[in-house]
Amino acid sequence: MSLPKDLHDLGVVQLAARLAAREVSSVEVTQHFLARIRQHESLGAFLATDAEVSLAQARAADARLSAGERSPLLGVPLAHKDIFVTRDFPTTAGSKMLADYRSPFDATVVSKLGVAHGAGMVTLGKLNCDEFAMGSGNDNSAYKPVQNPWDTSRIPGGSSGGSAAAVAARLVPAATGTDTGGSIRQPAALTGITGIKPTYGRCSRYGMVAFASSLDQAGPMARSALDCALLLSAMAGPDPDRDSTSLDLPAVDYATDLIAANAQGMGATPLKGLRIGLPAQFFGAGCSVDVLKAVRAALAEFEKLGATLVDVSLPLTELSIPVYYVIAPAEASSNLSRFDGVRYGHRAAHYGDLTDMYKKSRSEGFGDEVTRRIMIGTYVLSHGYYDAYYLKAQKIRRLIAEDFQKAFAQCDIIAGPVSPTVAWKIGEKSDDPVASYLADIYTLSSSLAGLPGMSVPAGFGEHHMPVGLQLIGNYFKEAQLLGAAHQFQLATDWHMRQPNGI
Amino acid sequence: MALTSQDIARVANLARLELRPEETEHTLGQLNGFFALVEQMDAVNTEGVEPLAHPAAVLGQIALRLREDIVTEPNQREESQKSAPAVERGLFLVPRVIE
Repeated sequence: MSLPKDLHDLGVVQLAARLAAREVSSVEVTQHFLARIRQHESLGAFLATDAEVSLAQARAADARLSAGERSPLLGVPLAHKDIFVTRDFPTTAGSKMLADYRSPFDATVVSKLGVAHGAGMVTLGKLNCDEFAMGSGNDNSAYKPVQNPWDTSRIPGGSSGGSAAAVAARLVPAATGTDTGGSIRQPAALTGITGIKPTYGRCSRYGMVAFASSLDQAGPMARSALDCALLLSAMAGPDPDRDSTSLDLPAVDYATDLIAANAQGMGATPLKGLRIGLPAQFFGAGCSVDVLKAVRAALAEFEKLGATLVDVSLPLTELSIPVYYVIAPAEASSNLSRFDGVRYGHRAAHYGDLTDMYKKSRSEGFGDEVTRRIMIGTYVLSHGYYDAYYLKAQKIRRLIAEDFQKAFAQCDIIAGPVSPTVAWKIGEKSDDPVASYLADIYTLSSSLAGLPGMSVPAGFGEHHMPVGLQLIGNYFKEAQLLGAAHQFQLATDWHMRQPNGI
Repeated sequence: MALTSQDIARVANLARLELRPEETEHTLGQLNGFFALVEQMDAVNTEGVEPLAHPAAVLGQIALRLREDIVTEPNQREESQKSAPAVERGLFLVPRVIE
């Protein structure tokens, strides 16, 4: 028998069960988490909370529960990365440009999860992130850095760093994130939680403040693969009138098979027949020894569960860095041209003519990394450089995507590290953008190819900081990824570990 | 090929950004560091390769859907203008454009 746990120690599935059994109300759960968020404000995970709004949503969820409705997420709280626009909370995208911005509508993902028209989840607030989701340490937030709950002198990863820190510190049972080049997987890895970026187009991008439109994708972050499966089932699905790039694939129930797997006996080899491909390029000298050790140990566990490991090759892995850092800034420079100080966002107090107003407003509103990426993007799209940079990068992008298809001829899932190191110290890479770009090496190629990828807690490295195992699936194979991760989590308890003192 | 401070000024103007002089120097150094990395792309032979814009297009033709060209949005002018820096009688205010 296990001892009764605090509400914040429960995952999504367990909280939902308590709510469904009416052992606790959504209002009580919401109050508990709001108190915890206040108690751990110094982590910097939240940019906005509003108890009245959250409690009103909780009362609405309780009313649905009282009326007899039972659905898997009803009444369970979560928080949204501040990249998703929300009617009921401010949305800043981590930027001074959008200080005090209030959206007239909810993002599709917010609406699908929410209590008014969706799965019935209660929003606890908005989560800190790198400005416009550009960064991998959350130190590019214009408001405040986020601390890693495992060591508050270290970064939680980024750009969904607030989401990752909040889940790891058990301030929320789950959160949304967005992933353009690794922004769900890398912070999940560095904080010891589970996160999945689905296939590009699975979730609607409507209402996600746009960074790089051909790469941006929403996904859930939680403690377990099963919790992620429940959330993704509610988030995904076509959005025909709102997002022309959302895939015409019906929403999938990712959780039922996983729950069925719980009932299977121990000692079985549930992953028998699963071929896991290990790209040589993910296991080279660029990855630190402690991370490789944890990843290898996790893979040995997969072998015990019946999977076989095969060698594959992704020869252009290193090239994914320049290719991504040409394409993503190019798209960002175009997307961020909308911030002109006219319709919304910051406007300079003093300016001359219209052009001067644009320039002063934008320069004051954007932080250093965003400015840098707009400059890079504008340059690679400018006359005379477009072919050599942007078009060239898009061509290599195709070769990278084709290499994945060749690899998937030999395996079902590709595995490797998420990040070459554990979380670094806050400020350590702040003035060396290229160094932080290089650390994205293992997540960029699958983003460029639009493939689903996830991070699964796989133990600890140096300084007792968490290490994530990356699993990459072929297009639309989220269910397979979640299923494999779930079996791993039935056999291990890395995802249940909690940071000390929180 | 290294960028010059003239390039930085030209690009900043295209991007409608205003960099302070010390920022220009700093950005120049960082961008040149970055483009040294980008030059690795030259080593890849991409002759005859089609650029990939929509990632799933690698599986075949992706048709971006179109919707009916009809009005579906309600008028939300007031809500939409709540976050605007300057509004008068429902219009966005900007500095004089035509003298």
